[in-house]
Amino acid sequence: MNRIKQILRVPWIGAIAAILLLLVIDLAKDPTYLSVTYNSTLGNLVGNVIDILRAAAPVLMISIGMLLVIATAGIDLSVGSVMAASGAAAMQFLSSAAHPESLGTAMTALALALHLGTALGTISGLLVTVVGLQPFISTLVMMLGARGLAKVITNGQNARAVSAPFRFIANGYIFGFPVVFLIAVAVVLLIALMCRRTALGMMIEAVGLNPRASRLAGLRARGLILITYTISGLLAAIAGVFATASVMVVDVSNTGYLMEMDAILAVVIGGTSLAGGKFSIGGAAAGALLIATLDKTVTFVGISSSATPAFKAVVIIALCLLQSQRVRTWLAGMRSRRGPASAAPAGPAGIEPKGVAA
Amino acid sequence: MSDPTGGAPLVPEPQPEPKRAGARVAANVPGRRGGRPARVGRGAGAPRDRFRINRAILPTLAALAIFIAMLVFGQLRYGHIFQYSTLSNLVINNAQMIILAVGLTFVIITGGIDLSVGAVVALSSVSGVLLSQQGWPAAVAVPIMIGIGLACGLLSGTLVRFFGVQPFIATLAVMFLARGLASMLSTKPVRLPDGSGILALGEPIKLVDGPKVNDLTVSAGVIIAAVVVVVAYFLLQRTRFGRTIYAIGGSEQSAELMGLPVQRTKLLIYALSGTLSGIAAVVFTARLGIAQNITGLGWELDAIASTVIGGTLLTGGAGYVLGSVVGSLVLGLMVVLITRDGGVPPEATTIITGGILLMFVVLQRAVVRQRK
Repeated sequence: MNRIKQILRVPWIGAIAAILLLLVIDLAKDPTYLSVTYNSTLGNLVGNVIDILRAAAPVLMISIGMLLVIATAGIDLSVGSVMAASGAAAMQFLSSAAHPESLGTAMTALALALHLGTALGTISGLLVTVVGLQPFISTLVMMLGARGLAKVITNGQNARAVSAPFRFIANGYIFGFPVVFLIAVAVVLLIALMCRRTALGMMIEAVGLNPRASRLAGLRARGLILITYTISGLLAAIAGVFATASVMVVDVSNTGYLMEMDAILAVVIGGTSLAGGKFSIGGAAAGALLIATLDKTVTFVGISSSATPAFKAVVIIALCLLQSQRVRTWLAGMRSRRGPASAAPAGPAGIEPKGVAA
Repeated sequence: MSDPTGGAPLVPEPQPEPKRAGARVAANVPGRRGGRPARVGRGAGAPRDRFRINRAILPTLAALAIFIAMLVFGQLRYGHIFQYSTLSNLVINNAQMIILAVGLTFVIITGGIDLSVGAVVALSSVSGVLLSQQGWPAAVAVPIMIGIGLACGLLSGTLVRFFGVQPFIATLAVMFLARGLASMLSTKPVRLPDGSGILALGEPIKLVDGPKVNDLTVSAGVIIAAVVVVVAYFLLQRTRFGRTIYAIGGSEQSAELMGLPVQRTKLLIYALSGTLSGIAAVVFTARLGIAQNITGLGWELDAIASTVIGGTLLTGGAGYVLGSVVGSLVLGLMVVLITRDGGVPPEATTIITGGILLMFVVLQRAVVRQRK
């Protein structure tokens, strides 16, 4: 019983509940929605769930990067543009390469994209730490700059390329699972290990909670903050590779457009405060999965995908309301009136107090 | 974050010179941000005080200087800048951005942010055009368009005021909501019917009839923008409401302790910003005659950039409405100059915008550091 209570108390239980609710809606429309079949000729698993996992991979990447930045009380608005810039670099390189089908060329394109993203993230980080600009403005500048860079790289065209090894990153399967999702899970696990099995996560939280106290405790906030922006840039580049490799074309105006908002959303849904401090990797991952599920569900139910934002808004508003002190007090009042006997399941009120409003 | 000394020089009682009181709150910001003790202003009329006020306005003056420099540069390099038609067009084409930037100035001075303005413009203009297509007269459609803005602003304000949602998230939600609703209404460009009353608002009005097409013209939109700027200036610099806004940005805690209506003011500024988005939608639709669900994509960032260029600090507590007007004109003029040049590839435009923004914030940063 205590165990269940503890599980219900995780800050992102709302996200999980929302995902289940969306899946129920899908099931109501099509009872076979959740079925996953094995395609023996191609050796992969086929099903809507697999599609959702595949679609979740880029959002998952940028959400985790965003999470670390937000934990330092910063924000990274540039991730969407960095996705476009690194995707453009890879596509442009592949389209002008002599042997785009060779593994070496694909690896070079990948390395190029990842380095570019890392460099752009580091520049944002330097603007924040060394120049001392606010994260919002620094990354807004980078958002404009990286989007422009993507256009300059491809001369304003939508570069396309053909390269089987590069395409494999997004469309291939290993053990029946999509490669993108496996890579994404591996990266998330790596970051989680880095943060939770070393002191890195705690130090980032300390810097976000109280910069002054952490400085007095001997932490070099500058380096830590810089690292989070660099990681965010690198993860955005990975997301850019995912997004471009699946269609093998970079749309310089639309690739990654407004994705930064999705990432921020995922982080907030996961119960991490925008004011910085405590962060939850599991929460951000759940948030990213929720966004991917929502995207798929909206189109599956037959609503135009351009209307998806309205449903995201409903989800944010609902979760924010559930996390707000006023509603929680009200819910608690409702429960105590019903008497202690029926006050068992904590439901949404089990969310950590002040999860968002800090 | 909030250093109690940061709000110390705030004067609880209304001063005979409200503008000075507001400016003095503005001067506190560096003290609040860096955790450094703020320099406490003493007598209201001391000469040192006046000197410090000048410094708080420095970024705004710098923006003005750069705007003039850009004009002169454009005139020398490409010509035909200092002429009626160019300057009229600059204002006419940027009227809606001026209105949005004014609204954001209020929000940003309190330390908040409004990401929803661009999406609200889209929702409001699409609704307005669709209503006009149904044959509704402009006298009904225009108030509805402004009302949609107000409703969106009230929604963000309610989330911030009553449910403690951070402004960034609350307005992000409203941005998604407005954009999604606009997309549900129509995903194709919709056109105002000929002879619609809204179009009349965009008709150019000749003030000075110059040679050929070189006339000094304004539109009703420009007049609306001018009225908005004047009213906003008055509200911010000459009223209790305005000084409460500066006080919230200086230190919300101190403002609350002084008994200022912090929470009510927060609700009001988001409502104000939303209403101004509705007005901007009217002005924009009147000029173009077309609306689409992707209208105003990214305008919130342009408006924020205009505000920042105009000298408003994103941490709150300092900023001027007139600065934001200059800021939006700087961005508008930049587009004009890039078009005139012709040698700048269009894909580099966003890089240049980013560069100019960076230049301004670094300048601001230098000014703030100097004031330490």
